[in-house]
Amino acid sequence: MYAALWRSLPGPIWVRVLIVVLVVVAVLTLCVYVVFPLVDAIIGTPEVTVEQ
Amino acid sequence: MTSQGRTAEVPETVDMVDRPVRPTRIPRRFSVIGVLGELLITAGVFVFLFLGWQLWLNDLIVGASQRDEALELSQQFAPQTPAPTSEPVDPTTPIDYGEPVVAAAPTKADKFANIFVPRFGADFVRTIAQGVDQSPMLADGVGHYPDTQMPGEVGNFAVAGHRTTHGAPFNQISELRVGDPIYVQTADGWYTYRFRSLEYVRPTSVDVLLPVPRAPGIDAVDRMITLTSCNPLLSAAERIIAYGVFESWQPASAGPPADIAALATGGA
Repeated sequence: MYAALWRSLPGPIWVRVLIVVLVVVAVLTLCVYVVFPLVDAIIGTPEVTVEQ
Repeated sequence: MTSQGRTAEVPETVDMVDRPVRPTRIPRRFSVIGVLGELLITAGVFVFLFLGWQLWLNDLIVGASQRDEALELSQQFAPQTPAPTSEPVDPTTPIDYGEPVVAAAPTKADKFANIFVPRFGADFVRTIAQGVDQSPMLADGVGHYPDTQMPGEVGNFAVAGHRTTHGAPFNQISELRVGDPIYVQTADGWYTYRFRSLEYVRPTSVDVLLPVPRAPGIDAVDRMITLTSCNPLLSAAERIIAYGVFESWQPASAGPPADIAALATGGA
């Protein structure tokens, strides 16, 4: 799949590498600022208080 | 054995070379197994990325912002006209400022104090908000059990904080050593507690919050601080409890205790 995606990228190798780097950065940014906080809110946090 | 093996291999190789060259098969662009495998590997990578974010990166980011917020609050607490430093101060004979001032209970979610624990790091400071709900109190730092006493009050000043995730203010709670200072700063001044002991209890052991911890029906004469967090690390099966006893009090005008003065006055 990734090999096919790589082949489908246009341009010389440095353009392809640039595209891949940009996509990876975009995905990581989306994860850190949107996806991970959402997942964190869903799975909940360890309780730290004592209560009845 | 090896020579036999070699001789057995040779004709095979020759045989392969002698075969007519088959037309090279065009590789399939996708195979279901291949795509599935790559997707699963990708998912695994994302799980590790999430863990790295949750347990390390986000703690750094959130911890730093919690610290900045606490330092800002510390500046607000500081008196507008700092005490004249020309006043003769002899550290060997601490000044007795009398009975500590006890503030009225703040409104819910109000950030009314800061906690400094040098053992948790030379630059460790977090806000203490009223209440122990996850949001916004524990997400922003440390929370005060609203039914427990206030700093300096006879009884038990009990607070809760995360040991992992959400800035992990109490990450190093198990590293406390007997006698370690725990400073609480309010608008009134500075309360110095000394760490005394650790205890591991069940999550339902609310008696650690009693005016005399674990001793129901006893009238308190001492001033205690109680820190609660989760135990073991990354789990919520138990609670780790750190107790400290009150040592001294000094008004805001007297300035912060010497060993955190640099941090409390804005890292100057």
